[in-house]
Amino acid sequence: MVGTATIKRTENVRCRAAAATTESRWVRWLLIGVSLTFLGLFLAMPLAAVFAQAFSRGWAMYVRSLGDSDALSAIRLTLLVALIAVPVNTVFGVAAAWAIAKFQFFGKSVLITLIDLPYSVSPVISGLVLVLLFGRQGWLGPWLEARGIHVVFAVSGIVLATLFVTFPFVARELIPLMQAQGTEEEEAARLLGASGWQTFRRVTLPNIKWGLLYGVILCNARAMGEFGAVSVVSGHIRGETNTMPLHVEVLYNEYNTTAAFAVASLLALLALVTLVLKSVLQWKTGEQLAPEEQGYTGD
Amino acid sequence: MGIEVRNITKTFGTFTALRDVSLGVATGELVALLGPSGSGKTTLLRIIAGLEEPDPGSGAILFHDEEVARQRVGSRQVGFVFQHYALFRQMTVFENVAFGLRVRPKRQRPSRNLVKYKVLRLLKLVQLESMANRYPHQLSGGQRQRVALARALAIEPKVLLLDEPFGALDARVRQELRQWLRRLHDEIHLTSVFVTHDQDEALELADRVLVMNEGRIEQIGTPDEVFHRPATEFVVKFLGQVNFFHGRLEGDKVHFSTLAWDWPEHAGASAQPARVFVRPHELDVDVERNGHLALQAVVTRIHSAGPNVRLELRAASGEPLCAELTQERFRSLNLSVGNTVYVTPRDVTVFADEAPK
Repeated sequence: MVGTATIKRTENVRCRAAAATTESRWVRWLLIGVSLTFLGLFLAMPLAAVFAQAFSRGWAMYVRSLGDSDALSAIRLTLLVALIAVPVNTVFGVAAAWAIAKFQFFGKSVLITLIDLPYSVSPVISGLVLVLLFGRQGWLGPWLEARGIHVVFAVSGIVLATLFVTFPFVARELIPLMQAQGTEEEEAARLLGASGWQTFRRVTLPNIKWGLLYGVILCNARAMGEFGAVSVVSGHIRGETNTMPLHVEVLYNEYNTTAAFAVASLLALLALVTLVLKSVLQWKTGEQLAPEEQGYTGD
Repeated sequence: MGIEVRNITKTFGTFTALRDVSLGVATGELVALLGPSGSGKTTLLRIIAGLEEPDPGSGAILFHDEEVARQRVGSRQVGFVFQHYALFRQMTVFENVAFGLRVRPKRQRPSRNLVKYKVLRLLKLVQLESMANRYPHQLSGGQRQRVALARALAIEPKVLLLDEPFGALDARVRQELRQWLRRLHDEIHLTSVFVTHDQDEALELADRVLVMNEGRIEQIGTPDEVFHRPATEFVVKFLGQVNFFHGRLEGDKVHFSTLAWDWPEHAGASAQPARVFVRPHELDVDVERNGHLALQAVVTRIHSAGPNVRLELRAASGEPLCAELTQERFRSLNLSVGNTVYVTPRDVTVFADEAPK
């Protein structure tokens, strides 16, 4: 008799515990419904609209819009800018994250704040700063101009603007990861006789590779999609200083909707690919951190 | 001398981690650095390894009579085992152990076959031959720690340093690994230092124990010396539970509570205050006065599960006491909670207070 009574009581407790963490079915459906409607209205529908518009006058028109020489030149320029900005910011991000996560030094919190600066400043301001510095009436502009170096309304200005806007991505991604992993493995490597470079290449880099790739992909997506900062310094010279986002704007302002959306569809595609890669890598980095947690009881 | 540390001081900002510490470890000896957290034991170990720099201008560190303080971490040839193993998580067990051999400059690097031979021999030594292709996260804590040890031994180190090597393991594995490490040390006779805050571990495993507190060495001695002839009050308190009494030195006796004990060491003192320590197993308990001076107490709690029986007592004066009896003795006394007993010490440790001037 005593036995059954105990069993009943534990069952009772279990039911109550479940109730504490689960809402009623009605609330659950309501929450899911609201989220799905919101997602549909503000994400799925616009995305579908982009592709619908791009193909509204058929495949032939779509291909012709993309094959246009100005469009091709915009695609080339976007790729070129990304090809410069992404590797430079990858090197910088790894160096900064390494310094911040593995060493103690004076002014560390200032450095972290500075890395975040491009996140908090409007891209348009970033572009204006470049004009102020390198424009005709800027501080450095006349000096550079006299030596035949053009920054504003030139490709170098677009590269600079993109570099500024995208530089937190890799560093921000790596700092928490490297901090979580600590410095013990590096210390172990040094004690075993590895040089600084060997330690970095054989121990640190393999430990951060997925997080690094994740940061690089986000950095790339932003480098290709940046509008504000680039728009200020570019000057919108067709076939010369128009990147893909700028080209979309130019076409749209000329009521060339189909062509505008054809180029936009490429950017949308880039976003989708980025999202897929991002979730795959997020899952990989999670996996990378997990084994470390086992067996850690601390003291 | 395997390891010699001379007058090392280390400060972190305003915190002094080590104050003028010197120690010598004989070649082939296994020494424990024992102390509470914050006592500086890990800092001392890391300075010996070269992972921390001692304060500029403080003393020297020698391995086998050779100055190493100015050498880089990698060239000191130190085998180091971390509390949390610090295995390279992206490498297999084999690659972990081989790491120290593979990163050597080309001219000193052993051939592929030699690396393989050496690694497999080490894995055999730590009984993990079958695990060579596993990754660290596929191993248990005890196995990971043995891999860490094999990796440290692979570079044929001059000295072996272990930082709380069993700290992250559960009690049973810890016990096994402890005995295994002692056997291994007897086999390879490598000059070794390990850090621990567990007095049982230090007393069981080490040839000599170095007790540290607040950046200073309190005592260096064999486990027997440290336990039976503690040099300072701190050592007495740190090496296990102890009963404390305020006492008074009078002639060649020390008086405490209602007891007196021969203590010729301070003979001639008159009414000098002293502190008296008695370990639980050094207290004898009887149900009636047996003619000696005894301390009357009441039994408040009995812990009888274990090799010995521990009694919690309250003296007539109100202070709590702890006594430890063998199971046989406990049964013959037939005690239960609430009984009145008479307690006499079998041995005491006395520290005289500074004589007032």
